[in-house]
Amino acid sequence: MMIPACRLADLPRGEAFRLDVDPPVSVFHTDDGEVFAIDDTCTHQDASLADGWLEGCEVECPLHASTFDLRTGAVDSPPAKLPVRTHEVFVEDGMVYVRLSTAAPNLPPCVSARLAGGPA
Amino acid sequence: MRTVAVVGASLAGLSAARSLRKQGYDGRLVVIGDETHRPYDRPPLSKEFLSGALGETDLALETEDEDLGAQWMLGARAVGLDRAERALALTDGRRVRADGIVLATGAAARTLPGSEGLAGVHTLRTLDDARALRDELAGGGRLVVIGGGFIGAEVASTARALGLDVTVVEAAPTPLAGPLGRAMGAVVSGLHTDHGVRLLCGVGVKGLSGERRVDAVLLEDGRSLPADLVVVGVGASPCVDWLQGSGVTLDNGVKCGADGRTSLAGVVAVGDCANWYDPRAGAHRRVEHWTGARERPDAAVATLLAGGAVEPGVPRPPYFWSDQYGVKIQFAGHAAEADSVTVEAGAADDRDVLAVYRRAGHAVAVLGMNQPRLFTRWRKQLGAPL
Repeated sequence: MMIPACRLADLPRGEAFRLDVDPPVSVFHTDDGEVFAIDDTCTHQDASLADGWLEGCEVECPLHASTFDLRTGAVDSPPAKLPVRTHEVFVEDGMVYVRLSTAAPNLPPCVSARLAGGPA
Repeated sequence: MRTVAVVGASLAGLSAARSLRKQGYDGRLVVIGDETHRPYDRPPLSKEFLSGALGETDLALETEDEDLGAQWMLGARAVGLDRAERALALTDGRRVRADGIVLATGAAARTLPGSEGLAGVHTLRTLDDARALRDELAGGGRLVVIGGGFIGAEVASTARALGLDVTVVEAAPTPLAGPLGRAMGAVVSGLHTDHGVRLLCGVGVKGLSGERRVDAVLLEDGRSLPADLVVVGVGASPCVDWLQGSGVTLDNGVKCGADGRTSLAGVVAVGDCANWYDPRAGAHRRVEHWTGARERPDAAVATLLAGGAVEPGVPRPPYFWSDQYGVKIQFAGHAAEADSVTVEAGAADDRDVLAVYRRAGHAVAVLGMNQPRLFTRWRKQLGAPL
């Protein structure tokens, strides 16, 4: 599914925009001017990566120390063990569009339980 | 270098083993751990694991397909380091000769004198500790937590959510004043009373009463607190006694340079047992934080592999987190350096706070309660080059 996310002009370098889909997706504008989209929820615990520490092509979870590669979704170190999904991004007429991945997301245990309708 | 031995199989030890392989070391790698478990994550032991929300498999630090090509010697504690032979002696009689050694033996929970052998009294450090405590919490009743630090506070929070009647006893007038300063220590520890947990401050513990099982905690002011269960959370001591006489200089743990080097060539130390030199502070600091155990092995391994010929980087300011009563608490920097603390966002009374600690106008530390976004921004500023 393709979704218009935000205007590139409204997303300064070094900032992130959270797309309110389920599960949420974040669009990052790196200091080098590249734009990436990954799942917003850290695979370890319920935390928004859009709130994290962006450095180069990596974002560090705002709560703990795991960092994810925006290009591949790979996680480099604990406590997270699983990658986040990456989503295709393209910019047209100043608008950022995201094509959502059809792969299954890797959500932390508490979030998966909530989405499944179980106890949080 | 043909053999590197990592002594300690927790986060710091595993991070060192990973760093060795990542930095190109392809020789023999031995990881020695005194527990029988593969490396596991400790933060959930006082929270999600203790409450039953996470199980043991969730705690594993290694990923499913990970293979470090290491020889694991688990259930064996190192008891001696022979500098002439460059050999480690283990409790099971084995000896491991190694060209390079990473010391990552951690710290052990302090206990209360006289509490040995008394049922119902717990410390919380290891997976086995957490299993035992979890099983007892399931029985409910009255819990007294001795020590209002982070471990004590997290256990109190978890136990309260499980429905226990909880009292926290803290010897200092304000809990958490060391790590957070008095003002913010009071704000964070106010979470206890917000949630119906009794907090008794400024009173020491004289001892415990009970025959085979604890039945009360005796306070120095003469009061007696009835207890079905007691958790002692009064800090930890570095596990370095086994290094006495080895030539490794000890001073509040293993004394290290800013790159993890010890007084012996070819030996570095990381994690809770290591007292690293902090160039920002101009002093040695033994920091018992998860993030230090995760990050510092990279530098120590670089030092080990380069024979000490690397320039130590400036570490990021220390960072830790805690979850209590559903509130995410985050802290970075050094509170003790500050001459002022101001609440920049949220309100202390609402336990929704972003507080900045400054010295002569410069931010030296930041505290967040349920403020991850702002906290990250401030933390990044603290870590910016001076």
